[in-house]
Amino acid sequence: MSSPAAAPATDLLAVLQARFPAAVARPSGDHPAFDLPMAEVPAALRLLRDEHGYDLLIDITAVDWDVEASPRFSVVWHLLSSTAHGYVRIVAACADDAEPTAPSVVSLWAGANWHERETFDLMGIRFTDHPDLRRILMWDGYPFHPLRKDFPLAGIETPLPDLEVADLTKASVLPAPMMGGPFVASTGEMNLTEAEPRAKDESWNERNTKPAVL
Amino acid sequence: MPTDYAFPDSAAKTANAIEAPEFQTEKMSLSMGPSHPSTHGVLRLQLELDGEIVTGCDPVLGYLHRGDEKIAENMTYNQFVPYTDRLDYLAPLANNVAYACAVERLAKLEVPERCQAIRVICSEMARISAHLLGLGAYGIDVGAWAIFLYTFTEREKLYKLFEELTGARFTTSYTRIGGVARDVPEGWVEKVDAFCDQFLPILENILKLLTRNKIFIDRTQGVGIISKVDALAYGLTGPNLRGSGVPLDLRKDKPYSGYERYEFDVAIGAHGDCFDRYMVRGEEMRQSVRIIKQAIKSFPKGDWYAKDAVRIFAPRKEKVLTSMEELINNFMITTEGPQMPAGEVYFEAEVPKGALGFFIVSKGGGVPYRMKIRSPSFCNLSILPKVCQGNLVSDVVSILGSLDFVMGECDR
Repeated sequence: MSSPAAAPATDLLAVLQARFPAAVARPSGDHPAFDLPMAEVPAALRLLRDEHGYDLLIDITAVDWDVEASPRFSVVWHLLSSTAHGYVRIVAACADDAEPTAPSVVSLWAGANWHERETFDLMGIRFTDHPDLRRILMWDGYPFHPLRKDFPLAGIETPLPDLEVADLTKASVLPAPMMGGPFVASTGEMNLTEAEPRAKDESWNERNTKPAVL
Repeated sequence: MPTDYAFPDSAAKTANAIEAPEFQTEKMSLSMGPSHPSTHGVLRLQLELDGEIVTGCDPVLGYLHRGDEKIAENMTYNQFVPYTDRLDYLAPLANNVAYACAVERLAKLEVPERCQAIRVICSEMARISAHLLGLGAYGIDVGAWAIFLYTFTEREKLYKLFEELTGARFTTSYTRIGGVARDVPEGWVEKVDAFCDQFLPILENILKLLTRNKIFIDRTQGVGIISKVDALAYGLTGPNLRGSGVPLDLRKDKPYSGYERYEFDVAIGAHGDCFDRYMVRGEEMRQSVRIIKQAIKSFPKGDWYAKDAVRIFAPRKEKVLTSMEELINNFMITTEGPQMPAGEVYFEAEVPKGALGFFIVSKGGGVPYRMKIRSPSFCNLSILPKVCQGNLVSDVVSILGSLDFVMGECDR
């Protein structure tokens, strides 16, 4: 694999647009970043890897832009060139807000396997053609995707993963007692009592009752 | 190192075992972990065995998953610093520095040289202490108990120094966005210098116990070979990547916190086996001492926090108590967090285990909208199914030790 020096940001945009006319530069605080249509991402990543030396897939993750937003989910890929030492960020929006999907790049980088499993697990993005799309951090059969914005910080009551134990003990995974968290004051028009972190208690404590199962 | 010995081909080993009819047995599945001394934390390996030979390996993660990314979205930037201690809990100072640098990248904030030097010294001390633990534990894994006693004696000296600097031995929480929690105490830098002087000969003695030790060599050389191509394909970073011969070190290649001012060498391996990864870590400790010595020699005077970062770094206590504006500013930073511009940044630092990255999406204000933590241990472990294939069960122990991972960081 030849590894020429990584091109500067503007050149990279030209390179991408030559093959993928829909590519646009994305505002970024540091590295070159580009928005691409979801379907073109694998081909674009292959181009960057094979012809521009971005040989390390650093990370795959996703962002939930809000429950109301559409497109709601974006998938983010970070590449690094091990020879020219530049990063590039590729972002693509998922078309479907309810059942977000993205193409898998396991065939390009074997290491994408676990990143995609994690993104599926925590954010609920399905990667098509992934060889083994199972949960990785949460247990198999866990019903939620915790990094989505509609999932409460405290958690939601869930049956124990081991049904035998659940049957025997009648126990379940409970939401965490927040006891006044999250710990950030709100800004804006609220009065002091409402803005106080304790006012945002989303969960149960000695006085509040437990939230119902979603 | 001599290169004339032949590596056992693990694929051929498996093929032989499967082909020889007299050895053909039923496949057995073995659950190694989550509480197994050689898995260094709560990693479970679901092994499929043909006799003693591993034919399949499925790592099961998540036993230490605490939802750090979710937590980060619900607290201010400074409040998250203690959570970074608990990522790679063997090198909390290095994580603190990586996190602070990432958020400062978002704020486009430059910290003064003294602060940078303090952070470099901290990171390198953390690297030494993490590698010492990794080395000691690796020794135990392959049957060399004495190493552990020597490395932990040295590590204890470092922890004394950490305690003097930060007030805590383990969970240091030393950095703040725009600076560090407090300046170095008087005489501390000299103590670090003295530690380095006495540490180098001891390090050589420790490494001597292993490097030419026949048993250690037999357990590690030619075992768990990771080729350059595989290392890149699986996104390995840190000593594991360099052990496979890829000279990528972010301190050298993407310098941050003033690393470009110091001279040091990047050690790389030739074969990518367990022994090479051990050698790389050994050399990294020597280089860390070299960096610390340089940082101490040129230790800058001046501010140890960004003075002009008014809405980011909380004012000093004496000012809070005497000035109305500073009191208000302190209140705002404490309750609403350091004020950040909107934007997206990704920053990686070279921590002992590899490249620890933070991808921060900010919509402005004191709380990140989304924060992804890219943990090196997670990526380094993803190669396990491939590298364990065809090895003996006892080699799995050796491979795990050589990858030197931490589950707190892997599971987040």
